[in-house]
Amino acid sequence: MTALGKLFRTTAFKLTLIYLVIFSVFAVFLLGYFAWNTRRLITEQIHQTVDAEITGLAEQYRLGGIRRLVLVIDARTRRPGFSLYLVTTPAGQGLAGNVGSLAHGVLDTDGWSETEYRRLDESEGSRHGALVRVFQLPGGFRLLVGRDLEERERLYDIVVAAGRWSIALIVVLGLAGGFFVTRRVLKRVDAMTETARTIMAGNFSGRLAIAGTGDELDRLAENLNAMLERIEALMRGLKEVSDNIAHDLKTPLTRLRNRCEQALRTSRDEAGYRAALEATIEESDALIRTFNALLMIARAESGQAREDMGNFDAAEITRDVAELYEPLADEKGLMLSVDASAAAPVHGNRELVSQALANLLDNAIKYVGSRPHVVNGAEADIVVKALNDNDHILLTVGDRGPGIPEADRGRATERFVRLERSRSEPGSGLGLSLAAAVARLHGGELRLEDNHPGLNAVIALPRAEPPRNDA
Amino acid sequence: MRLLIIEDDRDAAEYLAKAFREVGHVADLATDGEDGLGLAQAGQYDVLIVDRMLPKRDGLSVIAALRTEGNETPILILSALGQVDDRVKGLRAGGDDYLPKPYAFSELLARVEVLSRRRGGRTEETAYKVGDLELDRLSHRVSRNGEEIVLQPREFRLLEYLMKHAGQVVTRTMLLENVWDYHFDPQTNVIDVHISRLRGKIDKGFAQPLLHTVRGAGYIIRDGAR
Repeated sequence: MTALGKLFRTTAFKLTLIYLVIFSVFAVFLLGYFAWNTRRLITEQIHQTVDAEITGLAEQYRLGGIRRLVLVIDARTRRPGFSLYLVTTPAGQGLAGNVGSLAHGVLDTDGWSETEYRRLDESEGSRHGALVRVFQLPGGFRLLVGRDLEERERLYDIVVAAGRWSIALIVVLGLAGGFFVTRRVLKRVDAMTETARTIMAGNFSGRLAIAGTGDELDRLAENLNAMLERIEALMRGLKEVSDNIAHDLKTPLTRLRNRCEQALRTSRDEAGYRAALEATIEESDALIRTFNALLMIARAESGQAREDMGNFDAAEITRDVAELYEPLADEKGLMLSVDASAAAPVHGNRELVSQALANLLDNAIKYVGSRPHVVNGAEADIVVKALNDNDHILLTVGDRGPGIPEADRGRATERFVRLERSRSEPGSGLGLSLAAAVARLHGGELRLEDNHPGLNAVIALPRAEPPRNDA
Repeated sequence: MRLLIIEDDRDAAEYLAKAFREVGHVADLATDGEDGLGLAQAGQYDVLIVDRMLPKRDGLSVIAALRTEGNETPILILSALGQVDDRVKGLRAGGDDYLPKPYAFSELLARVEVLSRRRGGRTEETAYKVGDLELDRLSHRVSRNGEEIVLQPREFRLLEYLMKHAGQVVTRTMLLENVWDYHFDPQTNVIDVHISRLRGKIDKGFAQPLLHTVRGAGYIIRDGAR
């Protein structure tokens, strides 16, 4: 496509053309109206003066007969101007006036007519347009009074010429303006396209230029930049995740392989092989669990799990999950207390919310460790609550463990992030990510707060509408 | 026990059939939906193991066809899709149990055995007895050697499930699904702790333990005499 062709194809240029046509039509109409009205006005004026003159001349005739009329007309014809006069006998013979010749038959009928004439003092063959009135005087004499139309035609010509020029000007200016605007827009759009192309080619840090005028293109560029920002963040996240997956899966896979190799190399009896195989199965089970957790998160994040959502009481879930983990806490010498008496209606996926809460509780039990010091017997080490907070339901797991340093809290919910201390603990490093993904799926969030001391993990979910009676 | 395995991955199917034969069961194979349906209609099987995605005819449609014919053979669905709604879909189509891939053979075996046993008595018993341990489902009472044992509601359900399948291996996942109704994996083995608590109540102080751990598989409750 040529540059010019590209230009003509732009929306801006098409709009320019449309406006150009509209304005031209408007200008033609306006000037046409003006010209027509001017012409009408002049004609009217001629009518009036001619009528007045005829009345005056008829009066002269009445007072002094044909002789007086001829004298008056002779006097008037001597004055320069555009007035035409002619007095004829009933037979049509000219008695006075400045008209040399007239179109045939004009004098025969009374009233107004537009005709061509030659002035008496002009050479044969010249012709002018005139508006004349023929008046029958008593006694058969005819009086013709008229005006040359040259003035009117000249004015008309001026208006028409002005119209032509202005339309030409509109077209030229319009086209030039359109061309200029289009080229400017096209230049910026081309720059955007160019940037987009480099971004598509893989340079995700590229951004669209912003002119700083705050116009619609700037706004578009700003929004596209924001979108690019998001895409870049997602891409980075994706890359990080795949790197982490590669790392976190490669490590156990390598371990698995090494163990098998070692068993082949060193085991001499069945017991040795058996132990190695059992360890291998355990290791692969852990891998499967990691995969399952990843799939679960992906599912929660993609919003697929929205299909099987229903209303349930989060307080009941809290009690159930706490009950599931209570023996585990007990075994580690931790005291787990539950505060979930008030109903906490939530619309969502019961299974996922249960799992999210289970993960938080699992973490709490894991990281509090066995009781570090004897605390006041009344205080529990881990407190699980389901609370109503205006339009939100808060499911909280508070512990008295080491907590998470403020700086690490944001990172803690990322996939596979296991803060330094926890590297030694078993687990996939996906627990908090899943809890966060589940909270987001339900339109809520996962908050990690300071429990002074310890960690208070909060899953905030929107409170479900109270069930309607008719439902 | 006679099994029919409908699975398109020939290696996996052969492996399964071999493993089932090793533990003393008879296993037939079909590698697509049409063959599978034909075999299931013709033969008398105790349990069908059906993969969800099959060539020629989808696993769920095979199940639906069998169920409309009035074939009540217990069916276990195997699937690479492991999400909750897939499981629900499978069970709704007429499957009796659902196991996502990859699975441990011990898990599959335990589930298949529970399914095959279920076929005999559809009517549920009101009381279970294993050795000198007795559980009354109506009065919610548990006693051993005539002595009453006080259990928490969840412990009661756990024991009830174990005793209902007395003599059969029950896996941790089965317990989590049937006693707690959870279908996710609680990373730490919380079930073990519940079992050890239960064990403390029903076996502690008795010479003959009834609740046994089966390594690499799960738990079994049985009269030690066997």
